[in-house]
Amino acid sequence: MKTLVYIHSDNGISKASLEAVTYAKKIGSEVIAVSGGSSSDLAKLGEYGASKVLVDRAVVNGDAQQITRMVAAAAESTGAEIIVFSHEITAKAVAPRLSVRLKAGLISGAIALPDLSNGFSCKVNVFSGKAFGNVTVKTDKKIISLLPNSLQPEVTGAACAVEEFNSNAGSAAIKVVETKKPEGNIPLPEAELVVSAGRGLKGPENWGIVEDLANALGAATACSRPVADIGWRPHHEHVGQTGVAIRPNLYIAAGISGAIQHLAGVNGSKVIVVINTDSEAPFFKAADYGVVGDVFEILPKLTEAVKKFHAAN
Amino acid sequence: MKILVCISKSPDTTSKIAFTDGNTKFDENGVQYIVNPYDEWYALVRALEIKEAQGGNVTIITVGNAADEAVIRKALAIGADDAVRIDADPTDAYFTAFQIAEYAKNNQFDLVLTGKETINYNGSQVGGMIAEAMDIPFISLATKLDINGSTLKLEQEILGGIQVVEVNAPAVVSCAKGMAEQRIPNMRGIMAARTKPLQVVAPVACDVMTAYTSYSLPEAKKACRMIDPNNMDELVNLLHTEAKVI
Repeated sequence: MKTLVYIHSDNGISKASLEAVTYAKKIGSEVIAVSGGSSSDLAKLGEYGASKVLVDRAVVNGDAQQITRMVAAAAESTGAEIIVFSHEITAKAVAPRLSVRLKAGLISGAIALPDLSNGFSCKVNVFSGKAFGNVTVKTDKKIISLLPNSLQPEVTGAACAVEEFNSNAGSAAIKVVETKKPEGNIPLPEAELVVSAGRGLKGPENWGIVEDLANALGAATACSRPVADIGWRPHHEHVGQTGVAIRPNLYIAAGISGAIQHLAGVNGSKVIVVINTDSEAPFFKAADYGVVGDVFEILPKLTEAVKKFHAAN
Repeated sequence: MKILVCISKSPDTTSKIAFTDGNTKFDENGVQYIVNPYDEWYALVRALEIKEAQGGNVTIITVGNAADEAVIRKALAIGADDAVRIDADPTDAYFTAFQIAEYAKNNQFDLVLTGKETINYNGSQVGGMIAEAMDIPFISLATKLDINGSTLKLEQEILGGIQVVEVNAPAVVSCAKGMAEQRIPNMRGIMAARTKPLQVVAPVACDVMTAYTSYSLPEAKKACRMIDPNNMDELVNLLHTEAKVI
């Protein structure tokens, strides 16, 4: 069974992309990757199981319609039966389009390998992480969009060939006028460790202790909705129902009470640590480890303990 | 501008999530349905703001049965002009998108708005599928939408940042936080909603591509282990040896 993986490579190859290649390798006998853009890094997808990478340099930047035509052409020319995406922003626009174009059932937000015992089904997150569903696909061709951090990338081979691919994807109807990206941060959906804080921090001037802990851990920083709404922190840091949904290995929440809308964005985290002065805060019910105390005392102590740990290990 | 806003019902955010019939069906017992928040707060309200600024018409559309008309009336109370209900169970995203695309193609809209996802299925599928079925551009996760003649200027979320794009109408846009602020319907709106036109349309034939065959709930979380606030070394040690995350 041939599997095609779409790789969004505008900002280099993300860890989520490597996860998608590893996932495809576990399903299919042969994995072929397809990408637009100017990345020179694509050969390394071979290390994770791709036998070759098709790249159409004429397809750049965010027009989902153009990318869809490219992926459809690659599916056609390779005869792939399963197409895998990493469930990130570009894929969320491309995978549904491709589903209609190829008449291929789409499983979005997959968190496990497909189950072939009774047809073709896959486990996904539903009800904002409060439950799981099994989606069965009834079409011959299938599309799976894999939630980031559902499995670890595995090196299985060596760099592979990168072939120029003319997909005749046509021109882009959407014109990109400007791109605004803060420098140097770990994008939140990609981060394995996240330190997050809420109104308990009392003001934006106090975020130094949050950043100190994040730096000591090598973690990304996040915040609760009220903190983003009053402008203490930028909106892209807001995790929760209306913000970004994340599923890191470790989520440390300081001074966040844990409203149901906040939990909806973080309940996929493998381990949750909650630090709060209020021992009745609802977040403790969703936590693995809890510390009741003043965040202004606990966070610096935890930062020191992390530094001590890293020095010793 | 002629705007079509796609709405879906979703269980109130605080609803208890449970399943029946051998875990094959969502248990609707005691569940209060609302307009999916992304559809209401961002897509519908922005559509109304555009209409208020430059005139036009806002039609809402949903795929659902007669019981869903309560949710439609709520969207009308917020200010939409008229509504369309495709009379069918929204079995999967493709079925839903196909029905909406058929209606939209036959009725010449300049702009089709959706929320970024529903809070029950979280698939982010319907908007992109409508756009492909209509063969028009799709701008996902838009946080800002301005209109100048037939040109749409949008800001959309991209990985770790924001992208500013321009595209000509007609287009499909999925709306995320930042697009508009929630509006509470007033008594006049609620009264007016009762008599606004609600057209019921029969569905067209459509292939079934996917189905939810079963559901499950996450295992109950073990009780939270409380750590002495004066012993952060213990917490770090547990994260390393027990949780194995650092």
